[in-house]
Amino acid sequence: MRTLKFLLQKEFRQIFRDKAIIRIIFIMPVIQLLILPLAADYEMKNIKLSVVDHDHSEYSRQLVSKITASGYFILNDYSPSFDKSMNEIEHDRSDLIMEIPANFEKDLVKEDEAKIFVAVNAINGVKGNLGGAYLRTIIQNYNNEVRTEWVQLPRFSPETQIEVTSSNWFNPLMNYKYFMVPGILVILLTMVGANLTAINIVKEKEIGTIEQINVTPVKKYHFILGKLIPFWILGLVVLTMGLTVARVAYGIIPAGSFLTIYVFAAVYLLAILGLGLLISTYSVNQQQAMLLSFFVMMIFVLLGGLYTSIDSMPEWAQWITRFNPVSYFVNVMRMVVLKGSTLADISKDLLIMGGFAVALNGWAILSYRKRS
Amino acid sequence: MSAVVVENIIKTYGKKKEVTALQDISFEVKPGELYGIIGPDGAGKTSLFRILTTLLLADSGNAIVDGFDVVKDYKEIRKRVGYMPGKFSLYQDLSVEENLNFFATIFNTTIQQNYDLIKDIYQQIKPFKRRKAGKLSGGMKQKLALSCALIHRPSVLFLDEPTTGVDAVSRKEFWEMLKRLKEQGITILVSTPYMDEAGLCDKVALIQTGKILSINRPQGIVDDYKKPLWAVKSPNMLQLLNELKEKNEVEDIYPFGEYHHLVLKNNIKKEELEQWIRQSTTETVTVEAVRPDIEDCFISLMKN
Repeated sequence: MRTLKFLLQKEFRQIFRDKAIIRIIFIMPVIQLLILPLAADYEMKNIKLSVVDHDHSEYSRQLVSKITASGYFILNDYSPSFDKSMNEIEHDRSDLIMEIPANFEKDLVKEDEAKIFVAVNAINGVKGNLGGAYLRTIIQNYNNEVRTEWVQLPRFSPETQIEVTSSNWFNPLMNYKYFMVPGILVILLTMVGANLTAINIVKEKEIGTIEQINVTPVKKYHFILGKLIPFWILGLVVLTMGLTVARVAYGIIPAGSFLTIYVFAAVYLLAILGLGLLISTYSVNQQQAMLLSFFVMMIFVLLGGLYTSIDSMPEWAQWITRFNPVSYFVNVMRMVVLKGSTLADISKDLLIMGGFAVALNGWAILSYRKRS
Repeated sequence: MSAVVVENIIKTYGKKKEVTALQDISFEVKPGELYGIIGPDGAGKTSLFRILTTLLLADSGNAIVDGFDVVKDYKEIRKRVGYMPGKFSLYQDLSVEENLNFFATIFNTTIQQNYDLIKDIYQQIKPFKRRKAGKLSGGMKQKLALSCALIHRPSVLFLDEPTTGVDAVSRKEFWEMLKRLKEQGITILVSTPYMDEAGLCDKVALIQTGKILSINRPQGIVDDYKKPLWAVKSPNMLQLLNELKEKNEVEDIYPFGEYHHLVLKNNIKKEELEQWIRQSTTETVTVEAVRPDIEDCFISLMKN
């Protein structure tokens, strides 16, 4: 115990003496939490629209003003020919073209039917998709207005219509920040945990201090615990700071209890620190450790369900996510923060995470050798 | 009982064992001896020390340190040896005092308990005890490293090239410190590439490309040198070296300070030699018979 106490004391001394590391641990996550969720916005705004109006009628003008009034679209140009608008798309000044044919108003009034052509720039898939969908909704809306204006509907609609009204549970306003912020917090925690542990141990290898430790009677588990405990504590501190930022800056108050979050985070950090430890046993210098953890982190983040839904991934990718600790924590965080899940609800995830912790640390300890 | 026994140690590196670091090394160190392992860079000194300090496994052979096998009883050995690697490996971001305290603690002891052992050495760096180890000068770093290696009162001390990169005065001081430690009954194994340090050891093993060339007392090594050795000097040293190299009677000639040392195959008188040299060169040549020192012996052993 006395040895462990001294190892911890030494470790904390070194961490707090390295001002740059302290800054990275405490300031960077806060800055990232303040910037990233605001930038990583799923809602599409400022979609640039080109309108080709061959009709120049009252109705076409009404439609255009309805679209621009929605707030999602910016009218880029109002051109006389499709080719001219296409040119705008080619120069990336426009995302969407809406072509209103001649006789739009006439057809609508007389034939009860008119056609509009929409061309979408699909280079940015998300923007194209969403833009097209928004536009369709607005046009449909407009269509209904025109119908109510002109057609006297019978008491019972002759066509069966299914009207869908949705209500968003757990996040009524579909505020994307509510699910982005907890997710980003998970990523930050992962980076701090895995990178710092890996680099810290590899640094001892590089400087040669590990050699000096290896010839002492310090036990392997003492040494490893001496490395894990400080970063485990730091991880929980970062989590606390992150939750504070989430509350102060975004007004996010978890629907579930903090205890649930901390219990899961405590186990999660063990798994992630084990990963860092594992990376360090396979790296000889800090560059190798950095690259390796960067590579692993990349996969973890992209396949973690933070930006893209895991359910929409192909089968094989879904299998990979099952071996990705990040995906569990992202999921659990969202469940607890938005839905108010309790420890009982996440017990399966907790168990799996415990498995990760045991497996990763076990592997790392087995491959850490005091002699070669 | 010997403090260190090394028997037929072989160590190779590489997947196909293509690099041989140690080829069948055997030697013995008596308790309380100051034992020098002397050899050029790449001779295998560090590999040998790493095996004896249980950091490296040998391919074959046995080694016993302080009565314990380096493979089976490595835990015991780690409790009772001190190791000072060639590269400074203490925590640069911890202060002098913190480093010493840290190593004392992980050996389950305290600075006070063994202070008498390191007092002489530590006193010289004590004024800087709050300074970070990384900010110390080379000589002070070395003293701190030695203090840390001694803090648990080891029975055997391994010093891997402790004087490499240290100025002449500090080197001399360092060897005096070692002598005082020896008086405390600590067995010391020290490796060095400097042959002039061999004379300061009780016993030396000359090692080259993983093989031991000779084990003896420094005086013994010198006494074993039987060949006639002369020091020659002329205003044009390079010319002299090249000319004499060609002669049949010359076994070896090499620069040695301001002289060349000339090894002859047969014993001849000084006058004969002077005359013989004068035939081949017009310059005035000074010739003197010299007693071989350890460096001459090493060069001769190396060439055989």
